[in-house]
Amino acid sequence: MKNNLVQPIRIGLMSGFIAIFLALIGMVETFDKRDVISEVISLGATVLLLTILSAAYLAARGQSKNGVRWMFTAGAVSGLVGGGALALFIFTTTLIDMRGVFINVKATLIKMLTLEQEVLALGLMYLIGVSTITGLVGTALYLTPSRVRQALLVAFLCVLALGVMQELLRVTFANVGFLADLIRSLYEKNGLSRVGAASIFIVTFTLTFAWSFIQSPVQARIAALSPRGQFLLKSTSFLLLFAALFFIPKALDNVYIGEVMSNVGLFILMGLGLNIVVGFAGLLDLGYVAFFAIGAYTVGVLTSPERGGTLNFWQALPIAISIAVLFGFILGIPVLKIRGDYLAIVTMGFGEIIRILVLSDFLRPWLGGAGGIVGIPKAEVLGFKFAGPIEIYYIILIGILIVVFLAIRLKDSRLGRAWMAVREDEDVAQAMGINLVWTKLIAFAIGASFAGISGAIFATKLSTIYPQSFKFDVSINVLALLILGGMGSIPGVIIGALMVVGLPELFREFDDFLFLVYGAALVVMMQLRPEGLWPETTRLRELHHEHAPAEPTTAD
Amino acid sequence: MTNTILSANNVTKRFGGLTAVNSVHIEVKENSIHSVIGPNGAGKTTFFNCLTGFYKPDVGEILFNGHSLVGLRSDQIIVLGIARTYQNIRLFANLTALDNVLIGQHIHLKAGWLGSALRFPSTLREEKTALVEANRLLNFVGLANKGNQIAKNLSYGDQRRLEIARALASKPKLLLLDEPTAGMNPHETEEATLFFRNLRDELNITILLIEHDMRVVMGISEIISVLDYGLKIAEGTPKEIQNNAHVIEAYLGRGSAGNVGKDQVAAAPAI
Repeated sequence: MKNNLVQPIRIGLMSGFIAIFLALIGMVETFDKRDVISEVISLGATVLLLTILSAAYLAARGQSKNGVRWMFTAGAVSGLVGGGALALFIFTTTLIDMRGVFINVKATLIKMLTLEQEVLALGLMYLIGVSTITGLVGTALYLTPSRVRQALLVAFLCVLALGVMQELLRVTFANVGFLADLIRSLYEKNGLSRVGAASIFIVTFTLTFAWSFIQSPVQARIAALSPRGQFLLKSTSFLLLFAALFFIPKALDNVYIGEVMSNVGLFILMGLGLNIVVGFAGLLDLGYVAFFAIGAYTVGVLTSPERGGTLNFWQALPIAISIAVLFGFILGIPVLKIRGDYLAIVTMGFGEIIRILVLSDFLRPWLGGAGGIVGIPKAEVLGFKFAGPIEIYYIILIGILIVVFLAIRLKDSRLGRAWMAVREDEDVAQAMGINLVWTKLIAFAIGASFAGISGAIFATKLSTIYPQSFKFDVSINVLALLILGGMGSIPGVIIGALMVVGLPELFREFDDFLFLVYGAALVVMMQLRPEGLWPETTRLRELHHEHAPAEPTTAD
Repeated sequence: MTNTILSANNVTKRFGGLTAVNSVHIEVKENSIHSVIGPNGAGKTTFFNCLTGFYKPDVGEILFNGHSLVGLRSDQIIVLGIARTYQNIRLFANLTALDNVLIGQHIHLKAGWLGSALRFPSTLREEKTALVEANRLLNFVGLANKGNQIAKNLSYGDQRRLEIARALASKPKLLLLDEPTAGMNPHETEEATLFFRNLRDELNITILLIEHDMRVVMGISEIISVLDYGLKIAEGTPKEIQNNAHVIEAYLGRGSAGNVGKDQVAAAPAI
């Protein structure tokens, strides 16, 4: 029986250490400033409790063979140990002054962790008590039927998300009368009101729970539709989605939202391009930002009066795309024979070469060096100026539509199959008659063209471009959104861009912890769902069966 | 039947100090089933790799219907009409069976990058025909209904069939099969043997076969070439090979030649 406790203790200790780590780096305290439910629970406390809760859940799962009693014991022990470790840490900070090393160990942190009790011992006991109870809750969560658990989880995440997004929602819907009123009623001060939180929880829980019952019949009904019906369904839902994307920014009339959606859109364009190179053809390209830079700088040089540019955006755009394609070929040629890891390194070098060239004194007369290019004019159509982020969003939207259309067709074509064959087994692909040189070059070129479009729009959106905007981390972000969304999947690119580019916008004030959360999310993601949020699906085709010449039918 | 479709003259391939294929001379008659046998490491697969452009022979000449194959890339060789399967199955594992066969048709489809991206009416027609052809081939090898399955999820025997379907999709004149019955049970092997004979009889495809299962080899080959340590040590009809002293020695060791008969060679397992 003693053995059974080793694992919960270990898991509890781990959760304790994670909690201490989060406290030490200042995350808990910073997050504590935002409330999920006003004056009830803060985001910081939620993060800590979630750590303890997940640990208890895992501990309970580890004991699932030993009966309910042991599972509760394990959950409680895990919570107790996790809370205990945290309490021990707090106690230590009162004995030794840690501020010299860990600047985040402040009185406010201690106060928050001891639940604002005057007496330290009492506070620590409360802390341990709350952790233990959380551990029991974690176990209970493990024991609830999965249908209920999922609904609980969704409801909880909705409350959490809405609680955190107060600011954003208030700003977003400020110009939409009835929604503004609704939002005002849900929140108070610094977070959701108690009533607001409870109603959101109940509504989302009920909806999710109900959906879990009708989900499979609905899906079966859809699957049973005729090809024509499915086509109609698909096109209607697509049109609805497009209409929503088209009208939302205008309806909200909000510059901030327009800005965020434009940024997401630019990354979707790049993601779709890199998806062809990495997702379809399997060529790991870490220097993808280079093509984005080339698109942006071409437009900058050709249109900015400061640089003697005389063209307008629409004249410069095709040239920008062509030059990006040309550089796609130029990059492609030396890396044709290089595979895997080596390819990643070489392309990474290429990305840096372009950035350093742009930054160099050598090209300064044309590209402006570190000063970049300023005064890039906005795009115009018949006197209508695409000036603000909302107007530019529409250019991006149209760009995405065209690129998605091309990407879908390419994927399911002779060329797309050739790319996938190269990805799966290069030698055999060649032996099937696929010309590796051309197939790879065209992948680089088409990928580059999409990034070129993105860069061109980026230039006119900002009016100013600096080498700083084209650093290595753009390549990494695009790759990360592909991995997060699902390699090779076109809807995955869109989901991935929303997660990688859109989500951080909501947490601007926690910018310091962006990469910590980001890294943790990738690790968790690779463990739980390595195929991505919206994985590539294999297209199922109707199979034609050629029967032997049919016997003369007697019945009709 | 007497035309030579493939002739390899004096083909030699060395890896460092090892001569994997040593001055091999093999002529394959059109419409025949020709086997290449030999103990493990005899150089059979290396020889195949020389024929299909995976390796470039160091010395020697390979002629296929009058075209020299030496120095051509594998994607150029398949256009001439040589397709192959692999000893350790090499399908496009994460694609569907149907896609595998469609990729096999690559050289017969014309859509370029523009056609692929914009899907012209001609592209659409071509894709439709390709799909029908792919389904026909899947049915032909016995994979009807399995077109939408991911290749790696197919059973071992089905994967072998799919590999043959993919090779047939390129409409080859000469099909190189590298141990196609490895890992099959006796019943499946028998079916496969019949299937190979059908390929030749119905589709007029010349077959060059590497095989360890002597029942298959002796059952369907018209000519057998035997390799050992990279050298061709014998060639002839199944009957001649069964009685050849060099062959028996290569399989069973020196000293055996005098006192074993053809039964032992015939029964020799995959050594």
